Amino acid sequence: MKRLLTALMSITLAISAASAWAQLTIEISQGADNPTAIAVVPFAWQGVGVAPEEIASIVDGDLARSGQFAPIARADMLGNPTTEAEVFYRDWRSLSAEYLLIGRVSSEPNVLRVDYELFDVLRQAKVLTGYESGPASDARMLAHRVADAVYEKLTGVPGAFATKLLYISVDRVPGSNDYSRLTMSDSDGARPIVLFDTHEPLLTPTWSPDGKHIAYVSFETGRPAIYRQEIATGQREQLTNFSGLNSSPAWSPDGKTMAMVLSKDGNADIYLMDLATKKLTQLTRHYAIDTEPAWMPDGRSLLFTSDRGGKPQIYRYDLSSGKTDRVTYEGTYNARARVSQDGRSVVMVHQAEGRFHIAVLDLVTNRMQILTSTDLDESPSIAPNGSMVLYATKYQDRSILAAVAVDGEAKFRLPASKGDVREPAWSPYLAR
Amino acid sequence: MKHITVASKAIALLFSAALLVACSGSDTKEEDEAAAAAAAAAAASAAQSAQSAQGAAVSAEMAALEEAAASAGTVFYFEYDSANLTPEALDALNANIALLQRNNTNVRLEGHTDERGTREYNLALGEGRANSVREYMIASGIPGSRIETISFGEERPIAYGTGEANWSDNRRVELKLQ
Repeated sequence: MKRLLTALMSITLAISAASAWAQLTIEISQGADNPTAIAVVPFAWQGVGVAPEEIASIVDGDLARSGQFAPIARADMLGNPTTEAEVFYRDWRSLSAEYLLIGRVSSEPNVLRVDYELFDVLRQAKVLTGYESGPASDARMLAHRVADAVYEKLTGVPGAFATKLLYISVDRVPGSNDYSRLTMSDSDGARPIVLFDTHEPLLTPTWSPDGKHIAYVSFETGRPAIYRQEIATGQREQLTNFSGLNSSPAWSPDGKTMAMVLSKDGNADIYLMDLATKKLTQLTRHYAIDTEPAWMPDGRSLLFTSDRGGKPQIYRYDLSSGKTDRVTYEGTYNARARVSQDGRSVVMVHQAEGRFHIAVLDLVTNRMQILTSTDLDESPSIAPNGSMVLYATKYQDRSILAAVAVDGEAKFRLPASKGDVREPAWSPYLAR
Repeated sequence: MKHITVASKAIALLFSAALLVACSGSDTKEEDEAAAAAAAAAAASAAQSAQSAQGAAVSAEMAALEEAAASAGTVFYFEYDSANLTPEALDALNANIALLQRNNTNVRLEGHTDERGTREYNLALGEGRANSVREYMIASGIPGSRIETISFGEERPIAYGTGEANWSDNRRVELKLQ
């Protein structure tokens, strides 16, 4: 096979700041039933000049968005303690706060340090002490890591705030093609940067398991092809250029193989590409549509969508036996599965009574639960800690991102101020 | 047969023009030359009109096919989540095929879907639609080498709104002459 190693430098600079209008905002539409009341007191700024970010409000926002916490309003706080000596438990008990987080931010040349302490108000005890440090330009990430530590201490589940999102932003251009941008932001929608842009369709942004590369489908040559791009350098490589479909890239958990959909041999089937040798292996061979491969976390099998039974349903392909079995039976349309890191929950697009929702299937109990009440929901992506599902939906005639807790309780929307936003992909945990 | 008749008439006209020059019997060289030029011009114009008569017959036929194809349209519509050709799509497709059987134009078939369902599934569905049209064209005698297909799935809607009125406009294959 002809090697297709056309390494291209992205026309777009690797890290080019997107204008502020592209930024997502957060609107919490529904919290959990019994959220934990927590007071996040403004952190003391002990550095020189102006603090680069308001750390406490970022932590506060993260915890609120999870739906599992109800932060106390700052206006209600009776004091602003920043050290343990300044903490008066009765002040916080009177506000029904269950927990209290205080902290201090200091700066050395080029390094920001955030010290924090978490108190259990009812037990009147300090339950967590820690610090985060890094370049001042990464102040928001430090705040997300503090939120991760607090979240893990209080829920027993690692936080996933210090992660990134990929999504496609689209502007309609009257009389011409839509303008599509592949955008990366923090998990709260802040700091969006454009990784690639084109006036041709862009689809299926996906992360490598180490979070350092992305892959996606671009029609920039006039035909669909799969591209791999290094985030730090912006260097791009066209992985496929077959006739027909080149779509649905999905990295294996070990990062060595990419599952994809090609139709070069007739119609849409699932293939594996060895990323070192570019050697292809055809997995499915069926006259029906086989698409949307998703790896199980153990790397031994893949889920995919097929209409071999007449309507799209989720199937599983076992790599060692080569056998395929059907996974979903409930509903007339189940597609685009994504699996939680523990391998137990499968989120998917599920059609019920004509409407498209996001549903989660528990592979142990075989119970299907519909998570969303909106319509035309698509592209579910699960947080690396399995807590939330990000997806795209229609809201006031525009395509927006929204999120729902895996238990269906908490919900929030991330509307952009302009254009359509779709195909979110939540990053894996990122190395520091 | 019609074309042969037209062509033989042209040859006859040419022959008589040449004969006219030969039998002119003029007195001066100038007159001879003028007569020869006039005869040549007459011959040329006779040939031209004969050619255009032949062309007119062909282009009238092609124009009729083109008109039929144009009125049938180059967009073929589909049912939801289906790549099967509907009777309406077949009528429009047949009108286009009748024209393509008579010319050597290459075509590009662009498959599209409505916004319902997932994007990647819709890419495959759009390809299935383009392939349905392609296979029917090949079965009707259009060589596969003249047909290129591509699917845009739901990425290139004609109508941006939701609801069946918009969705039905978007479930289509567009035939584009290359």
